[in-house]
Amino acid sequence: MKLYEYMGKELFKKCGIPVPVGKVYFSSDDIEELAARLENVVIKAQVLSGKRGKAGGIKFACTPKEAQKTAEKLLKVKINNNSVSAVLVEERLSIEKEYYAAITVDGTKKCPLLIVSASGGVDIEDVAEERVIKLPLDIHIGMQPYIAREAAWRIGMEKALIPQFTGMIIKMYQLFRNYDCELVEINPLAVCDGRLIAVDAKINVDDEARFRCPADLPVTEEITERERKARDLGISYVELDGDIAVIANGAGITMSTLDLISHYGGKPRNFMDVGGGATTGTMFNAIKILLSTGPKVILANFFGGITRCNEVAGAFAQVKDKIGFSMPVIVRLSGTNDEEGMRILERHNIKYYRSIDKAVIKAVGMAAAGEEGSI
Amino acid sequence: MAWQLLVRRAVYNYMAFIINKDTKVMVQGITGCQGKFHTAQMLEYGTEVVAGVTPGKGGRYINGVPVYNTVSEALLNHKIDATIIFVPAPGVKDAALEAMSRGIKTVVIITEHVPLHDELDIIAYARKTGISVIGPNTFGVIVPGQGKIGIMPHTIYKPGPVGIAARSGTLSYEIALNLTQAGFGQSAVIGLGGDRVVGLSFSDVLSIFETDPLTRAVVLVGEIGGNAEEDAAEFISKMNKPVVAFIAGKSAPRGKRMGHAGAIIEQGRGSFTSKVKILSSAGANVAELPWEIPNLVRELLN
Repeated sequence: MKLYEYMGKELFKKCGIPVPVGKVYFSSDDIEELAARLENVVIKAQVLSGKRGKAGGIKFACTPKEAQKTAEKLLKVKINNNSVSAVLVEERLSIEKEYYAAITVDGTKKCPLLIVSASGGVDIEDVAEERVIKLPLDIHIGMQPYIAREAAWRIGMEKALIPQFTGMIIKMYQLFRNYDCELVEINPLAVCDGRLIAVDAKINVDDEARFRCPADLPVTEEITERERKARDLGISYVELDGDIAVIANGAGITMSTLDLISHYGGKPRNFMDVGGGATTGTMFNAIKILLSTGPKVILANFFGGITRCNEVAGAFAQVKDKIGFSMPVIVRLSGTNDEEGMRILERHNIKYYRSIDKAVIKAVGMAAAGEEGSI
Repeated sequence: MAWQLLVRRAVYNYMAFIINKDTKVMVQGITGCQGKFHTAQMLEYGTEVVAGVTPGKGGRYINGVPVYNTVSEALLNHKIDATIIFVPAPGVKDAALEAMSRGIKTVVIITEHVPLHDELDIIAYARKTGISVIGPNTFGVIVPGQGKIGIMPHTIYKPGPVGIAARSGTLSYEIALNLTQAGFGQSAVIGLGGDRVVGLSFSDVLSIFETDPLTRAVVLVGEIGGNAEEDAAEFISKMNKPVVAFIAGKSAPRGKRMGHAGAIIEQGRGSFTSKVKILSSAGANVAELPWEIPNLVRELLN
């Protein structure tokens, strides 16, 4: 889960990481008051996508009236396809130098990673490798002052700033650990009048740690209603923009089903992985989610290991009996109890295949023709 | 480094480095639905499951396997080489640390949805103590004809010359079955796990397959996201044995998690194209479609 900048800055403030003076607004009504107090302000659209500045999501204003008008406009536009529901209005700082600092996880080295650079304020992906310092951390040692000092020294930070920097990096690490973060990023970390200030805040929190998240952690939802329903069923579901609905068991097999659809020229409507050993009941509800997307074809790809093919077939038979399909349904079954599964499908007049390539070719063909199949 | 230790062990034990006919296995979370079912399955395959642990449920038997309250208690009564963990995600770190700190050298974590920071803690401890962790979010490991510590449907495998290392379960089952039907059995099949941080990596497993005299070719089943395939490519370029690779997720959109916590293209990294490119230039034979794999293996072995 990604946090909005203003949420990240709230957490920074609580941990003692300095942030600019400012306030979040969900409408442009009361902005003039703050803008009058701060004189020059920056108005930042609160969206979860990156490259916000380039997309026109960051504006400046010199008068309260201008601030109010700019905020009003920002609240109406879309930034990288995201609607803006809030703006952060902050003092405009005179920045002398911009650094980059982040703590994340290195999946290859399997440890936390401190990343710092003297080239802040730009996308870190665009900074030349030799200007980015990456220090793998021992999770049992945690963040110690010597690590931050080493980082500061390697990016050539001015001596007078190092104690502040060290304190800040230690606080970032505490936040990273206490809130189960995937990423805590400050970019830019600005030098203003001898002080280090977090001008931006990017925090990603691990969804798997929701059950123990601190009470003050805000919640942002990027998922659709269907994705939420699927999550409640305990299955993985991602909405896409094609017309062939997909249901399969296992992340790898589901991904490769989508790949095959694309390979044969079709477009998947979604990714749906019901996992291993899903019951008929779960699958019944999962198929209902697929129906609600109005696809041209439904394609099921099941390799029965722990999942039993007869239960998969049973779920399709139940949906057909109780709700009915208004589009063709193609089921591929292989593995545990596949013969029995195919007999069930046969009885309910649902098309089935044993090999996945034939099933996909058929599905893609039907979607293209809008053909009426097994209804 | 954990893999160096594994390689050293592999020199003596070859592919039976993690499991062979004599490996004594413990099941943590044995009284739960999955734990019970897969204990029976492992026993059916011939794996020696000697003990189970579920705190508060000691004293009973599951499929004839005695259940203990703690790992220490189980160890007082049995020699245990490996543990398989089925406990719910919030309890996995506790269970894994309990097993490792009591001296169990191989830990297979089946559970999905383990918090990232718990995975970091588990793996940091394992590396310092020379313990092999497989997973989390894995189907486990099977050495056909010897035994299995995992949840894979074992009827699809048979002993043979192909080593399989995979990030996903069902896709690797399908590939294993295709290989078996084409006449190629497996020396071992190892699931690394679908999470962002897992114990054994492709490069660890490849190095074991490279030294194992029974393995003649390796199939790598990867997917988008992370850096595991890129890391493996470096090792593949130094390997003598042929490698066939397949990467799932060619059509996956950026920024979306495709079922596995680790299957996400973030900031342009971990894409299908970059993985295929780096694996090909390292000398791996990349299959475009999953059913091409048996033919590629046949060509390479002849």
